[in-house]
Amino acid sequence: MLDHHGARGAPHSPSRRLFLRRSSEMAFAAAVAIGSGGALINATEAWGLEVKGLKPETMKTLILVSRDIYPHDRIPDRNYAIAAKPFDEKAAADPKQKDMFEKGVAQLDALAGPGGYFGLGWEADRVALLHRIADTPMFEAVRSTLVVSLYNQKEIWPIFGYEGESFSKGGYIHRGFDDLDWL
Amino acid sequence: MTAKFDLNDGNVVVIIGSGAGGGTLGNELAHKGVKVVILEAGKRYEVSDFINDEWASFAQLAWTDARTTSGTWRVAKNFPNLPAWIVKSVGGTTTHWAGASLRFQPHEFKALTTYGKVAGANLLDWPLTLEELEPYYARAEDRMGVTRTNGLPGLPGNNNFKVFHAGAEKLGYKECNTGHMAINSVERDDRTFCHQTGFCFQGCKWGAKWSTLYTEIPKGEATGNMEVRPESRVLRIEHDDHGKVTAVVYADKDGKQQRQKARVVCVAGNSIESPRILLNSASSKFPDGLANSSGQVGRNYMRHTTGSVYAVFEKPVHMYRGTTMAGVIQDEARHDPSRGFVGGYEFETLSLGIPFMAAFLDPGAWGRSFTSAMDDYPNMAGLWIVGEDMPQENNRITLSPTVKDAFGLPVADVHFDDHPNDAAMRNHAYAQGQRLYDAVGAIRTFPTPPYPSTHNLGTNRMSEKPGDGVVNKWGQTHDIGNLFVSDGSQFTTGGAENPTLTIVTLAIRQAEYIASRMKARAI
Repeated sequence: MLDHHGARGAPHSPSRRLFLRRSSEMAFAAAVAIGSGGALINATEAWGLEVKGLKPETMKTLILVSRDIYPHDRIPDRNYAIAAKPFDEKAAADPKQKDMFEKGVAQLDALAGPGGYFGLGWEADRVALLHRIADTPMFEAVRSTLVVSLYNQKEIWPIFGYEGESFSKGGYIHRGFDDLDWL
Repeated sequence: MTAKFDLNDGNVVVIIGSGAGGGTLGNELAHKGVKVVILEAGKRYEVSDFINDEWASFAQLAWTDARTTSGTWRVAKNFPNLPAWIVKSVGGTTTHWAGASLRFQPHEFKALTTYGKVAGANLLDWPLTLEELEPYYARAEDRMGVTRTNGLPGLPGNNNFKVFHAGAEKLGYKECNTGHMAINSVERDDRTFCHQTGFCFQGCKWGAKWSTLYTEIPKGEATGNMEVRPESRVLRIEHDDHGKVTAVVYADKDGKQQRQKARVVCVAGNSIESPRILLNSASSKFPDGLANSSGQVGRNYMRHTTGSVYAVFEKPVHMYRGTTMAGVIQDEARHDPSRGFVGGYEFETLSLGIPFMAAFLDPGAWGRSFTSAMDDYPNMAGLWIVGEDMPQENNRITLSPTVKDAFGLPVADVHFDDHPNDAAMRNHAYAQGQRLYDAVGAIRTFPTPPYPSTHNLGTNRMSEKPGDGVVNKWGQTHDIGNLFVSDGSQFTTGGAENPTLTIVTLAIRQAEYIASRMKARAI
């Protein structure tokens, strides 16, 4: 499992615990569900996320907020859950952060009306709400964290056609540094 | 082989910083038999330690100690504590730089004479000319193995260059090639050639790109006259009653304060730290900081007028493959006020990986407009704009009134406002860059704002008259004969060219001057 720094076992990594674990044997619906003990579970994608600082419902909403901020249709929810993990970690470590996230999500839910943020079926409707809170510290904290915690996941780089580290393969001198032929 | 000097050895030249200026100066002096101690704030990594990973490398190499920002530049909004993207390690920013090595144009040493007075700008002519520097430019190019000089072949063009070159031809540009790069195109100086790996900004794992880390520094150490002390954070420079500098106080790797006596001190800590050290060294004799009788220390901060243009095409480019910046167009580098601004700019190829593209393409942006651009990453090409910006007195490094570092010293605040000339130049360059890519079939183009500054210049500038600047044509401070400035903060004006070649050139020339003055017992 990769952490949000995208490094396997990096010495600076704050935690090597596996918050996400395979749970394909669990028969839940396709959407993210809240399991016993407050874990978020996605059976279709075979992952579970233990939530330790935020309410599970809050975390579930923040994962969807993460996708709405940086929507990439080819990236599974799993990677948005990894990207959102720092919010829960920050909340667990700091009551002020917890308060900020809980209140921020509560505000989104209130703006959304009955059914809350998660109940709005169209991305455009949810994004319209995000624009209304875009100047809040909560939104900026979420966005500025995500821009690293999502895009620094090595696992999703192939989806963007980015090949990452190349030194160990001898660079691109024999691997297409000048293979463009359509001009 | 490497020397070890006593803290009380008052005959050494102490150089603060080991990058393009400090590392080169140290090696030059050591070869002339001068004893040199280089104090470097960062750790010593070697080529094998470099990491082909943008954020991990940033964590390893970048200068991330606290700094603050102010002014209307967008960096202050998006990256308020990261005004500059420069390096804290042995070798300084020569580990990170792209390698582009262009000489200044003759008129760029005479900005005031050539451009005339520009309202709001503090323009000045350099106290030296291109003719004076030419022999030293030649030596620097030879030292650094700059392609397209001394019979060295150019680097091969990568995919990003192919798009860039095709666009240049469509626009009728004549001066487009794979650049004058301090990156080996052939094996040379016991270093291999470029393997088109990308990740030039993350430290070249082949050692093909020139960096003082594995050229000047080990060569200087091999003379037995030079000692490099990593993890040495300079706190202040001390002086005697006669106003001569006598010692440098620094915190060693354990945070313990040390005092290295010095016969000569050369400040080469980049254009943010160098003035900060001079300002933090204020005393009863020099209440406004060392070498600051002109009041110009920290002022006239320049960062080049920059920006990027990225463009998406129907078919793949894979711009990240190969040398990051081996491509230049020089047609716009001329001074031609008919374009609506003075001075000129270069176009250079540039690419970022996915992690940095996300952070820098349009900082703060989100939603589908942004993510659809990211989705097209494999089909993206990119270029960088680097042009002359106007020196302004109030664009400056000051000591923060509120934020202090781990040693209780005020951190640097970096204030920058675009001059109208800077904005006009950038807008012209954005338009031309977008036209260039449109001409070869771009589907979308993105005028990307400047990144945190990589070219930090001008904060201890050279001047003929002591009242106009901080140092003379040798980088010697006007006020203190044995105190020198040896980095890009000496630049009177910025020119349109990437500054490292000129920093190295000035360092080679300054070493001759210092050695001769020492020999003559003048310092």
